[in-house]
Amino acid sequence: MGTVIAIDVRDRGVAEEVLDSVFAWFHDVDARFSTFRSDSEISRLGRGELRVSDCTGDVREVLFLCEEVRRISEGCFDIWQGGRCDPSALVKGWSVERASLILKAAGARNYFINAGGDIVAAGRPAPDRNWRVGIRHPEQTDRLAAVLSVTDLAVATSGTYERGEHIVDPRSGAPLTGLLSMTVIGPSLAYADAYSTAAFVMGADGASWVAAIDGYEALAITDQRLTTWTSGVDGLLVRDGAATAG
Amino acid sequence: MPIRAVVTLLATVVVLLLLVSFRTPPSNTLGVLPPLRQSTQPTSAPTPTASGAPPAGSGSPTPSASGTRLKNGSFTGQDFPNFYGDVQVKLVVSGGKITDVVPLQYPTDRPQSAYISSVAVPLLRTEVLQAQSAQIDVISGATFTSDSYAQSVQSALALARA
Repeated sequence: MGTVIAIDVRDRGVAEEVLDSVFAWFHDVDARFSTFRSDSEISRLGRGELRVSDCTGDVREVLFLCEEVRRISEGCFDIWQGGRCDPSALVKGWSVERASLILKAAGARNYFINAGGDIVAAGRPAPDRNWRVGIRHPEQTDRLAAVLSVTDLAVATSGTYERGEHIVDPRSGAPLTGLLSMTVIGPSLAYADAYSTAAFVMGADGASWVAAIDGYEALAITDQRLTTWTSGVDGLLVRDGAATAG
Repeated sequence: MPIRAVVTLLATVVVLLLLVSFRTPPSNTLGVLPPLRQSTQPTSAPTPTASGAPPAGSGSPTPSASGTRLKNGSFTGQDFPNFYGDVQVKLVVSGGKITDVVPLQYPTDRPQSAYISSVAVPLLRTEVLQAQSAQIDVISGATFTSDSYAQSVQSALALARA
């Protein structure tokens, strides 16, 4: 599978060749982490052909992060389900965060990377404003549910419209109800990505769970079509007619 | 004025959002989302700087005219088959920027593939256009993804850059 990755660098003087490095990185991640490639480290790990200690450092790092989120989410995030290993709910954000470091090392300070809706927004698009991040409406493809004004933050969204009933509660195997969409905002996209999946599984309790994690905030859309957010999101929301605080 | 034009990279990455598992029918009945402030304990929220950003009035990307990396015109991408059928798109470039992504072919032969196409194609179109919105820089949301769609866009982009 693939996704569209958009990169927008606003700094003057950043060599365009850095995009080749970013490209190469994503291809490398795909080769090692894809569950659609039978020869990837993750596929071999899932089949028991590889031990964790035999994996490359990046894979071990991802597994470590996944285990950490599994623990603090009390199993709402779990990459081991049905006898297979699928860390993609963290790998996507993690890989973008690493790509962000590649851009930073090349001198970029004001840019975003968007990989299928998971975003790192660094610096500002212009000196006088922050990045404006639209949160896609979970049911109407051409509408936004909210707009956030952010700088140096990561934004990740999980939702049922992403994989339908494929997202189940890893603790029970039951389909999820309660939320249509869960967006998590915070300093790290790897964590924001995993937290959004975990909080989506938690349903109505998810936003409060995220709010208790230092530095992370949540905006959820319930199956009652209510948009709710944690208090820290207040200062990020761009108000308009459809999203004034009620 | 952005220093560099938006560059859209289309890569095969580890996003595993298979269209095949989507079974939930869409809801066609939805108005404005009623806002509701959720009371939670205060946390150390990220503090934004005052931006004075104008309110975003619409979720529809408004193509801007800055940046001149692409030739103007329409560019038809190659036809890429996938599990559900063939996918082919046309890019429309105006003012040096992508202003539309028109699906020429997408799977409609079965009810499921038709539904997937009706949802996924608009999402993917938004995905390609999003960075060129005047009001919104970037859009977050769980998305359908399609290798064949990305490949067709990429082949059209190659023509626009040639």
